[in-house]
Amino acid sequence: MNPPRPPQIDENPAGIDLPLDRLPGHSSRGRLERVLRRGEFAVTTELNPPDSADPEDVYNRAKIFDGWVDAINAVDASGANCHMSSVGICALLTRMGYAPIMQIACRDKNRIAIQGDVLGGAAMGVANMLCLTGDGVQAGDQPGAKPVFDLDSMSLLETIRIMRDNGKFLSGRKLSTPPQLFLGAAVNPFAPPFDFRPIHLGKKIAAGAQFVQTQYCFDVPMFRTFMERARDLGLTDKVFVLCGVGPLASAKTAKWIRSNVPGIHIPDSIIARLEGAQDQKKEGKQLAIDIINEVKEIPGVSGIHVMAYRQEEYVAEIVDESGVLKGRQPWKREVRRDDQLVADRLDHLLHDNVTETQVDMVKTAH
Amino acid sequence: MSENQPAVTQATLVKKAAPKSDYKPADVSPQRRVQRSYAIRLWSIRHSRLLEWFYARFADTFLLLHPLWKGIGYGRVEAPVKFIEKRAKGFMFDCRMCGQCILSSTGMSCPMNCPKQLRNGPCGGVRANGNCEVEPDMPCVWVKAWEGSRNMVNGDAILNVQKPVDQSLRETSAWLRVTAQAAMAREAAKTPGASA
Repeated sequence: MNPPRPPQIDENPAGIDLPLDRLPGHSSRGRLERVLRRGEFAVTTELNPPDSADPEDVYNRAKIFDGWVDAINAVDASGANCHMSSVGICALLTRMGYAPIMQIACRDKNRIAIQGDVLGGAAMGVANMLCLTGDGVQAGDQPGAKPVFDLDSMSLLETIRIMRDNGKFLSGRKLSTPPQLFLGAAVNPFAPPFDFRPIHLGKKIAAGAQFVQTQYCFDVPMFRTFMERARDLGLTDKVFVLCGVGPLASAKTAKWIRSNVPGIHIPDSIIARLEGAQDQKKEGKQLAIDIINEVKEIPGVSGIHVMAYRQEEYVAEIVDESGVLKGRQPWKREVRRDDQLVADRLDHLLHDNVTETQVDMVKTAH
Repeated sequence: MSENQPAVTQATLVKKAAPKSDYKPADVSPQRRVQRSYAIRLWSIRHSRLLEWFYARFADTFLLLHPLWKGIGYGRVEAPVKFIEKRAKGFMFDCRMCGQCILSSTGMSCPMNCPKQLRNGPCGGVRANGNCEVEPDMPCVWVKAWEGSRNMVNGDAILNVQKPVDQSLRETSAWLRVTAQAAMAREAAKTPGASA
């Protein structure tokens, strides 16, 4: 017998799809919380949700990030556009051992549906959940839909925190097994009222946020001011801040995003830089790397959240070239050693046209 | 015939017809209020300190009248009080009668006027000019709430995390509920041990 392949760090030796042991002081059994609490610079990204019912689409899109990210956001109809649900994506990703961050938007579901999804997600092995308000329905492809907004991001955080810590539904009814989760929220330091934003972050922490992902950061000085205020309020000790970054495909896309996607602030200098470049796509990637190099030095920043919508192939390059992992390799989905042996042997028997007899096998065994 | 054509809503048509160049999602707002004036609402927020002072007196008066409400019966006064409350607060704050008023915690800016009905702070979509993501002509309810709260004595109530809305209280009088609860708390304080 060959020994099984050595387990990777943050992996359950009994199976990659199984939750990890909960370390003391941790609230979840997931990989992301371990990475952050160890003090390592975390990298998360977003999976572009497919418009299909084929699980392979999800696996193929997740494969792009293998070995480069610590967790993958499963978006919940981002921009109010209809795609495969975040619960569905999480079900597929957890099967394959990935660490998904299940996004929950308040736009489409009321508190009954949301609490049910929280339990379902946690049962599938989702360890991280991100509580969002969600874009208005007017932003998406079906503007005639009914906006629900039964909870808001803050009361959603509190609801899940109560489920986890008190083992109760919002109604007070008991849960026989509470979910073990690492709770996240989103913050946008780049939209008014700027004075209120750091305090708003404090409110989210009070409601239960343990990590936050920010909106796209293209204005580093503005982000730095926000972080200074947050530090002064003592918030950076209580929460892990992942700064949102991403490449812009061209100056034209940047302008389009600026005027059509709510809440993204792109300064004119960025657009000018893109317009002045020979290869705008390459410049957009370099821009993201430059921003990462600036924000990773800001005290209180615990990681980055790379959003590369329709440019997913660049995530690995951006993470690699910015050097934020410092040589560390996040968990990577790989074939187990024993599985590999079986596959190799089958391949040998089927394609190399050999006839093995027991006599020959005994000879090679010695 | 009809099954070949996708169902198109009015909102989709309006969105498609709008020019692509500038940002304009208001035309498909779920709570469309065409050519609405926000003057009175904004006046109330500018005078949040005055209104805070006034409401404190008003609430005390209502509590003084508790024996009266109780004598007539809270159930019976509900309808006329609601009638007045709806119109008064509707005029001043564009009140939506959620039945659990938190104007004192939101700088006298009614959070139910937010298209997402956020009660805990602004969403991330606020425009650079401080207007709403969904309705570009409306000043963001929460930008105004922050300004209003800065004028108030107890403006820091904006930092409290609010519970989700109890939808079963819609279209009921918040004034009477607050009064009844205050009276109950007062009685409980008078007779210690009764509540334990």
